[in-house]
Amino acid sequence: MNKVMSNKAVIALYVLPALVLVMAVIYGPMLITGYYGLMEWNGIGEMTFIGLENYKVLIQDAKFWESAWHSFLLAIFSTISLAGYLIVSLILAGKIKGSNILRKIYLIPMLLSSVAIAQLWVKIYDPNNGVLNSLLSSFGMENPPVWLADTDLVLYAIFVAILWQYAGFYIIIYYAALKGIPEELIEAARIDGANPVQIAYKIKVPLISGVIKVTIVLAIVGSLKYFDLIYVMTGGGPNGASEVIASYMYKKAFDTFDFGYGSAIAFFLLIITLIVTWITRKLTASEDEVQY
Amino acid sequence: MAQIQNEGQNEKTMLTRIGMILLYICLIVVALFQLYPLIWLAMFSLKTNTEVFGLSPFALPQDPQWVNYLNVWENGNINVYFFNSVWITVTSVVLTLLLASFVTFAITRMNWKLNKLTLGLFMVGLMVPIHSALIPLFAFFLELNIVNHPLSLILAYTAFNLPLTIMILLGFYYTLPKEIEEAAVVDGCSVHRIFFQITLPMTTPVMATTAIINMIYNWNEFVFVNTFISSDKWKTLTVGIQNFIGQYSTDWGAIGATLMISIIPVLIAFLVLSDRIVEGIAAGSVKG
Repeated sequence: MNKVMSNKAVIALYVLPALVLVMAVIYGPMLITGYYGLMEWNGIGEMTFIGLENYKVLIQDAKFWESAWHSFLLAIFSTISLAGYLIVSLILAGKIKGSNILRKIYLIPMLLSSVAIAQLWVKIYDPNNGVLNSLLSSFGMENPPVWLADTDLVLYAIFVAILWQYAGFYIIIYYAALKGIPEELIEAARIDGANPVQIAYKIKVPLISGVIKVTIVLAIVGSLKYFDLIYVMTGGGPNGASEVIASYMYKKAFDTFDFGYGSAIAFFLLIITLIVTWITRKLTASEDEVQY
Repeated sequence: MAQIQNEGQNEKTMLTRIGMILLYICLIVVALFQLYPLIWLAMFSLKTNTEVFGLSPFALPQDPQWVNYLNVWENGNINVYFFNSVWITVTSVVLTLLLASFVTFAITRMNWKLNKLTLGLFMVGLMVPIHSALIPLFAFFLELNIVNHPLSLILAYTAFNLPLTIMILLGFYYTLPKEIEEAAVVDGCSVHRIFFQITLPMTTPVMATTAIINMIYNWNEFVFVNTFISSDKWKTLTVGIQNFIGQYSTDWGAIGATLMISIIPVLIAFLVLSDRIVEGIAAGSVKG
């Protein structure tokens, strides 16, 4: 057994192709991003070393901080909306007929491309022929908002599309976790006279706190690197009102060919993601994990 | 006495019933919110522009314009994008599953010291945002001369899907009994035969799950195509429909038809394999 299964040549043959690929495509570029951030480079010509210049500019770049603020707002909204998903999952995981079908209907938007979702919602928000403003007009609203063209509303309008996209994803996760709670625990509480709301709040939610923590990290980190939907829906506009970190970085690099500065933003995004992941895990870590 | 008790119970069942109805209404409202935009999309994909601009957006198509689909398929280059999406998605998925199975087999079945460290190396990849690798990756692919070539997409998709795929496979490999493989070793089987003829066939259920999750990811991917591919010949559907819509931004029927063409394959996969998809999403996320 040991001899055949310890063959170093075979191990190398099985592991190295994947490892080399991941190193070359993910980790290598990830580290080089930080190095490129020290350069001035238009993507084609010579690179010039300029030290921390890009990072100094970054700290004073008001447009960058505005987009960072939008990313932060999305992270907050996404985290708050988790409570709504949790409530829906709690209802769904009760003795509800058709919960299987409902759960799958909720999931459908999650399977579609962000491009398709963005284009669909552009049409939904269309000021003249969109379904939303037609609905508002039929309720007697005189001048319904122009949504994606309104600097005050655009971020919220985008967030509704994000909500639509991800609801099913989180509901699936919570549902699976809730179904994993042993039935005896719930039964015992019921015999002790606890009502369904008490059971949900005092027993079910604490029991799946581990999963809830994971979803908080997912929601925050996912929001920080959010890109596709916003880039397609508004391109960060109008006037930067929906710009986020990733879309700002992409524009700097691939639209204005400032690859050095783009790399500095990308490296900043990486560091922020790692720090936020670490902090969220620390903050949400309880003294002792719930066991059953 | 008995009657009072009975009335109390009736009142209680009434309350429970009203409560249940309210809960159902709540669930159905969410379901409508999730479903209606897609129904609306399907409807305007079958309308003429006169209907879109002249009539209520809630109206059904008067005379379904299937010709919208035919037009964009043939004249909008959508057929080219569609087939690119198909073969690039499938190639990447096969490559990802094969490489990930090799790695998972080596980590869980073979004896070597650095296996835990290697696993950790793959798992860190789950946290890396695509954007923080994008610029150097672009420069690297320029160097290799594969920018504007489908190989750039296949390499990027395979690499970025490996960590999650290995993670899902790993959970399954740990639950598989090792006795069959041990017996095969005693019988003098080579490692390759054990892997290809014993282990790989046993993991078909989990491979189906990871394959469908990978397929959906690759089919929907946007950033890499938008960055690496510039010629229409190699674009996939996501970027293809984005360009198409940019050119025909007022032709609602055509836009609806292209969007429908891009999502119909995913919807069909979902109808057939929804349990696998749900399982894959639950397995892939909870471990974080």
